[in-house]
Amino acid sequence: MMDIKKLLKNNRVQFGIVLVAAFFLPIFVKDASVMHVAILVLLYIILSLGLEIALGITDLFSLCHAAFYGMGAYVSALLSIHLGWSFWVTLPIAALSAGLFGLLIGLPALRTKGDYLAIATLGFGEIFRLILVNGGEFTRGPRGLTGIARPVLFGLDFTNKNVYYYIILFVTVIIFLVVYNIPRTFFGRALMAIRDDEDAAAFMGIRISRYKVAAFAISGLIAGIAGAFYAHYICYISPDTFVYNDSITILTMVLIGGGGTVIGPVLGAVLLTILPELLRSFVEYRMLIYGLIVVIMMQIRPHGILGGMNTRISYLESLMKPGEQKGKKEKEV
Amino acid sequence: MILQIIVNGLTLGCTYALIALGYSMVYGSLRFINFAHGDVYMWGACFGLIFARIGNIPFPVALILTMICTGLLGVTVEFLAYRRLRNVPRVVVTASALGASIVLSNLARVVVGAETYAVPAFFETKYYTVGNLVFNSLQFVLLGCSIVLMIVLNWFISKSKYGKAIRATSENMDVTNLMGINTNLIISITFFIGSALAGAAGLLIGIYYDAVYSTMGYMAGMKAFTSAILGGIGSIPGAMLGGLILGQIESFGTTYISSSMGPAIAFAVLIVVLLVKPTGLFGAEDVHSNRV
Repeated sequence: MMDIKKLLKNNRVQFGIVLVAAFFLPIFVKDASVMHVAILVLLYIILSLGLEIALGITDLFSLCHAAFYGMGAYVSALLSIHLGWSFWVTLPIAALSAGLFGLLIGLPALRTKGDYLAIATLGFGEIFRLILVNGGEFTRGPRGLTGIARPVLFGLDFTNKNVYYYIILFVTVIIFLVVYNIPRTFFGRALMAIRDDEDAAAFMGIRISRYKVAAFAISGLIAGIAGAFYAHYICYISPDTFVYNDSITILTMVLIGGGGTVIGPVLGAVLLTILPELLRSFVEYRMLIYGLIVVIMMQIRPHGILGGMNTRISYLESLMKPGEQKGKKEKEV
Repeated sequence: MILQIIVNGLTLGCTYALIALGYSMVYGSLRFINFAHGDVYMWGACFGLIFARIGNIPFPVALILTMICTGLLGVTVEFLAYRRLRNVPRVVVTASALGASIVLSNLARVVVGAETYAVPAFFETKYYTVGNLVFNSLQFVLLGCSIVLMIVLNWFISKSKYGKAIRATSENMDVTNLMGINTNLIISITFFIGSALAGAAGLLIGIYYDAVYSTMGYMAGMKAFTSAILGGIGSIPGAMLGGLILGQIESFGTTYISSSMGPAIAFAVLIVVLLVKPTGLFGAEDVHSNRV
């Protein structure tokens, strides 16, 4: 018995169980709307893993993740509509352009910090949306882009949701493994050093500016991948899909799951994507309940459901000994 | 023509300044962006709508009632969503504020409704023409109320006992606590004043544009925040001046560049200020900017 318990505590065994469950899900679920939610869950997992690199690992507070997501979706959709390129060509281009966009937004990250960065990125996100709305015939303004081609691969039927599910699951697993292993690389350790103490990191010879911009760019790149998949899955995108609310949703996914834990954001993405679907019957009260849950979660577990492992102060501690940590430098996740 | 643009910008700028004061005061004492502030402003407009619909309430009474209601709303939000989060990372408090903002705007959707509502008039609007310049009595009321409120606030902050306590709290909360001042009470007062001013702005703008809707808080909040940053966050004269400047920029921008890009101009200003002089016009030196 002990061995099984021990085995269950092993991270790899846990991943294995989740992966097997995810793999066999379409066999047990025949409902198309449930599969749709499952695909959305996977897309949001990709997005929150992307934000995890910026927010959880490096402590760069970004509120324009929806813009990266939209950049990926629009680049891929425009290339496919205007030039007729295949999805497999547009996907890397979309990811790279979202990454470049991240680079561009990452530059102010060098001069601003914390809340100010949040506000600057929020401004960027809003400007991006306004450019899409005022884009004229090229982006078709608020009407959005319709008739985006579905991907083609080895004669697979992409009108079938299960095919999408498996392809996105494959991508999600790869991205998860990459993000999960980042804290174990030199790059990841440098980012965490910047998060914990920027001055000390600079004294250790870490080029802070390069690493911060790189974290933003990778974060954007991952969101761009999700965006391209979204555009070719729904086949319709409009500026309304990539607004401030989406950025907040992704942010709360990371924070509720627990920033800096990698598994936390995945859990947050699963919970916060399924929750609004479960609340569908409360139409009017849906977002109200959602907001309340966010506020209450922040009061009960400020470091997220799985947080507290990587952070030094827990909520309970801070309540018991409020005087103790006042002299310490403020840490942000 | 230019005078007309300036007058329009001034009316806009005064309301931005009123909302910006709340952001600035809260940021000064608690050091986080109260994202729910824009929705408190929206609630001000909703309360105004409710009082106007009841009818037979004179305008000054409606204004004062709205300010009290939104003030209490702000205090409640602070008590429920922020009070227990004093010693946690600021990202968490900001997330809590974002959640509170979702709650407030959707509460308005449930209570008031999801449509855009017209506000029944409190008084008759008269139009005055001086040369080419056209302005109406609403603009006078808006300007007058904003200026009076700002003067009263300035007196309160610089001269009264509580104002001194507010300034002391924003300077150093721990030391203020040691001096025997109840900082929790002072923060509640800060929230009350900030939210009451935002509520007044909401009521005035609701009447001015004759439109109240549950999502009006976001854009106004963002612009007010831009004003607060422009003037130097934490500084009260800064917030006022920032609001007036932003009002002019937007008024000129929408006339000479493009009306649909108005918000984008405001955000571009925000980003430029953050990059060039993040401390704003009146900000303290180097509060958050860091080395590269």
